[in-house]
Amino acid sequence: MIEVRFHGRGGQGAVTSAELIALAAIDEGQYAQAFPSFGPERRGAPVVAFLRVSSSQIRIRSKVYHPDIVVVLDPTLLDIVDVSAGLKPKGLLVINTAKSLEQIRKEYGFKGPLAVVDASKIAMEEMKVPITNTTMLGSLIRAGKVAKLESMDNPLAHRFGKIAERNKKAMQRAFDETQIKE
Amino acid sequence: MAGRKGMEVSIAVSEAVKLANVDVISAYPITPQTHIVEHLSELVADGELTAAFIPVESEHSALSAAVGAAAVGARAYTATASQGLALMHEIMFIASGLRLPMVMTVVNRALSTPINIWNDLSDIMAERDTGWIQLFAINGQEAVDLTLQAFKLAEDPRVLLPVAVNLDGFVLSHVIEPVEIPDQETVDRFLPPYKPGIRLDPENPVSMGAFGSPDVFTEIKKQIDEALIGSQKVASEVWKDFGTIFGRTYKPIESYKTKGAETLLVTMGSISETAMSAVDLMREKGQRVGLIHIRLWRPFPFKEFFQAIREAKVLAVVDRALVPGGAGGPVGLEVKAALFDKQDRPYVAEFIAGLGGRDLTVEIFSEMVAKASRYAKTQKELRYEMIGVREK
Amino acid sequence: MAKVDALHPWKEAPLGCVISEAGNARKFKTGDWRSKIRPLTDQEKCIKCGMCWIFCPEMAYTLRTDGFYDWSSEYCKGCGICARECPKEAIQMIAEEE
Repeated sequence: MIEVRFHGRGGQGAVTSAELIALAAIDEGQYAQAFPSFGPERRGAPVVAFLRVSSSQIRIRSKVYHPDIVVVLDPTLLDIVDVSAGLKPKGLLVINTAKSLEQIRKEYGFKGPLAVVDASKIAMEEMKVPITNTTMLGSLIRAGKVAKLESMDNPLAHRFGKIAERNKKAMQRAFDETQIKE
Repeated sequence: MAGRKGMEVSIAVSEAVKLANVDVISAYPITPQTHIVEHLSELVADGELTAAFIPVESEHSALSAAVGAAAVGARAYTATASQGLALMHEIMFIASGLRLPMVMTVVNRALSTPINIWNDLSDIMAERDTGWIQLFAINGQEAVDLTLQAFKLAEDPRVLLPVAVNLDGFVLSHVIEPVEIPDQETVDRFLPPYKPGIRLDPENPVSMGAFGSPDVFTEIKKQIDEALIGSQKVASEVWKDFGTIFGRTYKPIESYKTKGAETLLVTMGSISETAMSAVDLMREKGQRVGLIHIRLWRPFPFKEFFQAIREAKVLAVVDRALVPGGAGGPVGLEVKAALFDKQDRPYVAEFIAGLGGRDLTVEIFSEMVAKASRYAKTQKELRYEMIGVREK
Repeated sequence: MAKVDALHPWKEAPLGCVISEAGNARKFKTGDWRSKIRPLTDQEKCIKCGMCWIFCPEMAYTLRTDGFYDWSSEYCKGCGICARECPKEAIQMIAEEE
């Protein structure tokens, strides 16, 4: 079982991120669980969403405390939230940032596997809004391999209708442009 | 819509209500039930479900409207949580007292105060004595299945009692997970249209909600008690039918790795799944641990309970509601009362845990089992213990 | 005292305490409650407005074809509301022989 924690700000779609990937995994025949860190939320506040993906039935309902992967949708969170808290020793960090892998390692001291992509730039270019939730899924899938990229087609179409194509394009670009370092 | 799909459990429950072809939905929103009634309102507005959707002014009205609807012979449904359920309290007794079948989803949430929107079982435990049949789901699939089963059970002429289907707020209601949604045809085979007995009908007028003097009150209550007790047998039949048609089995007490277990966790609701993971871990380490979870809370299935725990020497009961100034928790109370007359009974360690949505991890369950075993060794006189209280 | 016929053994008690015999309240002769006082209508003063019939809690008045109201000894409890409400003071509460 893989456990993932998403960090975002209220209104950026961190919960939607987790949900879309869960739906993709379920369509593949896997088991998945996606849920927010529940509570009254407000725009701009740091929020957390959780995801579990497994080939067998998932029988844990507590929060995710030791994620295998952490996804950070908003680079400004790095300075105010300890995004690597609880991350497993060889756990993967996937970060939306304009900075390079080396810069991130140097500034924040992350030792383990790292993946970076400038999702904000991609989202602005492809969708004209700085909402990076679907874009970052491209990065997560590339670096974390929690589901197949094609499996995202239906969930995206279902959720976004007419603007699904834009989201898909942004996601594909992130998939292609993600820089990974073990 | 039929088939295995990833969906939010609240939506899945609404789809089940739609498949049950309800006639009347009376609704008042309260976190974390809102997605259920919102989705139902969409289904009705879009013409996917032909039902009267009554947005009422309070939960007291929601249940009253459901009572009224059932009284005229409609298949009625409502949903609520926490304070909303508390607001329905007086009508709860009336719904069962009038012998009106209906189904209500209770999305378990802590009762204030402090104001808390997260999950525990205090809301439904406060309705324990209302004469309702009370069922507990541990995952999204069960939430769907129990909803369908509930209508069939409630409407059986031998029962004619309202049914509360409980699912944990947020932990289940707001989770996206795989659920098998059955198709309409199969549901129709399982659940035929409601055939009411006595109902309010101008052609054959009756009075419901009569005055009952001391001369008659006791007999009516006896009837309700017997009907509630007798409903367990009907539940077994419903579950047998369900198993035959849908292939999924349900029992009043569900056992997990109880064979050869010395210590059993006793749980209700979705924590049961996390607890099962804890059992798996402990079993791997060679500990003789198992779990039972209570699916049918009212009427309490004494016979099945005794059968399930017959090998156990120690029970670790995990209550998610407090009976302050009393014996700890409602489930602990029930278990101890049930065991009182037994000569050979297990040691019962009663734990109150996970109040107000405090997270229960696999580790905490292992800890409770360890404590229970330790206390059992010295036969410690423990009335109950609240888990995880910050002392410093 | 009115006869009570609802003392069923529990298995035979009506489900949900439903009263399935429509209008069976009629069997309960509340006229027994009356104690030596009863209303009497002076038809000279009566304007057939029906207020006595509307206000009577026991439906002791019945409309006649000629527009006046018949009074029922079986149900009248002697409360005096009809006399109080009659706009023409056509009803008097009088002593009743045993």
